[in-house]
Amino acid sequence: MLAFIVKRLVMLVVTLLVASLLVYGSLYLAPGNPIATLTGGRAPSPQVVAQLNAQYHLNDPFLVRYWHWLVAALHGDLGQSIPLHESVSTLIGQRIGVTASLVLLTSIVIVVIGVGLGVVGALSHGTIDNGVLISSTVSAAMPAFAAAVVLQFVFAVKLPWFPALGDGNGLLDSLHHLILPALALAASSVALVTRVTRAAVREELEREHVQTAVSRGLPRRTILRRHVLRNAAIPITTVVGLTIASLIALSAVVETAFGLNGLGSYLVQAAQNKDFAVVQGISLVLVVLFVVVNTLVDIAYALLDPRVAIGSRAQ
Amino acid sequence: MTALLRVEDLTVRLALNDKPREVITGTTFEIDAGEAMGLVGESGSGKSMTARAIARLLPQGAEVTGRVTFDGVDVLALAGSELRAHRSHVAVVFQDPRAHINPVRRIDDFMTESLRTLDDVPRPEASRRAAQALEEVGIDDPSKRLRQYPHELSGGMLQRVMIATALLSQPRLLLADECTTALDVTSQSEVMAILDELRRERGLSMLFITHDLELAGAVCDRTCVMYAGQVVETRTADRLHADPLHPYSAALVQARPDITSAAHRLVAIPGRPVSAFEAPTGCRFAPRCLHATDDCRSHEQEMTGLDNGRVRCERALHLRGALLEPRPHA
Amino acid sequence: MSIPVGSALPTGAVPEEPGPDTVATPGDPRPVKTRLLPRLGVGGWISVAIIAVAVLLAIFGPLVRPYDPNEVTLSYANVGPLGGHLLGFDGAGRDLLSRLMVGARTTLLGAALVSIVAVAIGSSLAVASAWFGGRLDTAVSSGLDVMFAFPGILLAVLAAAVFGPGLLAAGLALAMAYSPYLARVLRGAALKERAMAYIQAGEVQGFSSWWLCFRHLLPNISSLIVAQGTIFFGFAVVDLAALSFLGLGIQPPQADWGVMVSEGKTPLLQGYPLEALAAVACIVLVVSAVSFLGERLQERSTGAQR
Repeated sequence: MLAFIVKRLVMLVVTLLVASLLVYGSLYLAPGNPIATLTGGRAPSPQVVAQLNAQYHLNDPFLVRYWHWLVAALHGDLGQSIPLHESVSTLIGQRIGVTASLVLLTSIVIVVIGVGLGVVGALSHGTIDNGVLISSTVSAAMPAFAAAVVLQFVFAVKLPWFPALGDGNGLLDSLHHLILPALALAASSVALVTRVTRAAVREELEREHVQTAVSRGLPRRTILRRHVLRNAAIPITTVVGLTIASLIALSAVVETAFGLNGLGSYLVQAAQNKDFAVVQGISLVLVVLFVVVNTLVDIAYALLDPRVAIGSRAQ
Repeated sequence: MTALLRVEDLTVRLALNDKPREVITGTTFEIDAGEAMGLVGESGSGKSMTARAIARLLPQGAEVTGRVTFDGVDVLALAGSELRAHRSHVAVVFQDPRAHINPVRRIDDFMTESLRTLDDVPRPEASRRAAQALEEVGIDDPSKRLRQYPHELSGGMLQRVMIATALLSQPRLLLADECTTALDVTSQSEVMAILDELRRERGLSMLFITHDLELAGAVCDRTCVMYAGQVVETRTADRLHADPLHPYSAALVQARPDITSAAHRLVAIPGRPVSAFEAPTGCRFAPRCLHATDDCRSHEQEMTGLDNGRVRCERALHLRGALLEPRPHA
Repeated sequence: MSIPVGSALPTGAVPEEPGPDTVATPGDPRPVKTRLLPRLGVGGWISVAIIAVAVLLAIFGPLVRPYDPNEVTLSYANVGPLGGHLLGFDGAGRDLLSRLMVGARTTLLGAALVSIVAVAIGSSLAVASAWFGGRLDTAVSSGLDVMFAFPGILLAVLAAAVFGPGLLAAGLALAMAYSPYLARVLRGAALKERAMAYIQAGEVQGFSSWWLCFRHLLPNISSLIVAQGTIFFGFAVVDLAALSFLGLGIQPPQADWGVMVSEGKTPLLQGYPLEALAAVACIVLVVSAVSFLGERLQERSTGAQR
């Protein structure tokens, strides 16, 4: 088990190194010279050019420049936003709270509603199960921005229960502002989680080892807990984990739709403004988070299913 | 001596493709305390379902009529805690051990689960008993095995674990449902030997389900032969082998190749085995029987006593002794 | 973008034991169970109908639209259905119905290109990986592992920042982001197929790798390829529309469903939801139909694989 975790962590570091290289290197894919890209096509003064050359070591070989950038990034310095004259890290720090809260709230919605409905659907028959299936089909068809627009119209314009745009001030108000975005972000993901949960639990109920437990006279609640749900937790955890990972990028859409001042919406603005240092910085942060979450999912899978890490040594 | 298990006129209908289909018809037999009964038949004969009916493991939507009595208690009417108590008296050993053990829990957890959950035995004591049970089924280094996961053990070992677990709850009746069919031949004979020895040691009753007539004869006192959901013959094992009364039993005996003599052609029963709901009226075996007459095809056959056993064939007396004669190969 | 979780789970693809022993003659392709008109059921045929309408619009939209989608008449901004304008006007006074009809083209064609490219890359990598195995397989798998680190939208945003917003950059980025998932799923199926007796018989008989791959291996995983391609087409529609919504894909004032949702947001907040909601409805209908069809095809392909 330990060997497995170490292996996965090594893969994590390697992947992140290569990914960071790609993120950094994409700057040089842009047509034109790096300085033009960094300044977003704005004509820089000679002092700015000199400063940029020094800061980005633009006279050094590529890998050296990459290395400087990476080392700085690990120390928390992601460079400067040229249009805004502010440190990228500061800009990120101001906005990461909103994104983190949004993703957290959405994750809670997905787990509680998705897994909850899935289990309910699997353990019941007839009308309740059909209801679960139908509602999950409906929400599956709503990609995030579609759900955002519909929710905004129904619950912010027609029925003024929630604010349509903005972050809000203070804890409770911020939460109020995050509810519609969280629901929009969760919509299509919930459907997938519900379906997978329902299928997984249904499948476990039919398994022979559950029959064995029944034949030994164990109480139904014990069987559900220790055998059905415990085993179904493997695919369920995987799909929940991967879904949460996808939220990291998808938040950009919802933040833009609801006018939230988060990392995702800022990334989009920076891309439009060609504020390249910011794009690189936020991309790096998002990629790191994405890969870390994926690795955690792999490790969780191995913890839940001993066949993965330990392997078969049948004699 | 009152029988430990009594099955009377058991009829089971299953919901197959949303239609109720009969799979067992009017089955009757009994097992005494300490007796091993073999239940032999081909696929579709209803033998597995009979075991499941006794263990109350029938699938959802099954309709059951008749009586199943265990130690005087009506099994089919049990519910709740009484049903769970019944389950500890009747232990089941299933066919494919790898599918029947939870793959994400350790062997120790599997073996001690009912002791800990139902009998409130503390974990160390339960593990101790489990280790002892593993030794009895011939597994070395039991403490190491207990810490392992099922995928780390071979099929034969897992089946021994199943048997050891079944015996932990100190049952009075063991239902072995084709428990060696999924194993290779060597493991098969080892597992059978262990099962037989332990059963005799503890005076357990056993219902041994198999498609192998000779295997049943080796470990059982009496044998029931089932066809198309009905019991067609019940005899002591060796009598059944030497002098089968029902044409189907005789055909099963003949079908097994004998390594002591040469044969030009393997003997097979013409046609294919049917389930109860596919069977014709009249004698269900008639379409495949070489001795059938029009009377057979038109009359429902009843069980009659003959030679210390029972047989479901009107012509049994008439055919006695002639069933094992070499037949002309068509 | 909903993730293709089925493919993202650890595959550990172990090739199955070769199937029942039928004498294989690689001269004739192994019979693949296909029916010309599969049993789709009511839902399936509705999906096909919706997709057919969308495709027709994509091809003929600009020809059959009643009014000029770009003609601005500000005095009619956000006016509801009026005269021949069945859906009224959008926020800039342009005929809504015409814009919807014309918008089908960019939405669907873009997504089609993305999924075709992704399928091409994914299946090439998968078959090459499965066929040659060994170090090529390891190298490809490692490369794909890195690509998995980039969610599609992120890659598209990066591409937009580097190359400027537009369909090409966004489309290629999405195709590259999808390829690893496709490659993973198809690699598993290709490995299974590779291990089958008829392929090995062909190798022994001396048929070339190219011939075996194209004549035998690919056709037998083709139903899976088509199914996955359909599913990813659905993702592409959603992702491209989302990118256009963000302003990084198709640019306004071009008529495109994603752009229309973005442009329709302000009128919606003012109480004129028709533009945004109509565009959303179109997207949702097409995506539902495509997903439904894709799932059916997937079920059929795994059935035929057995």
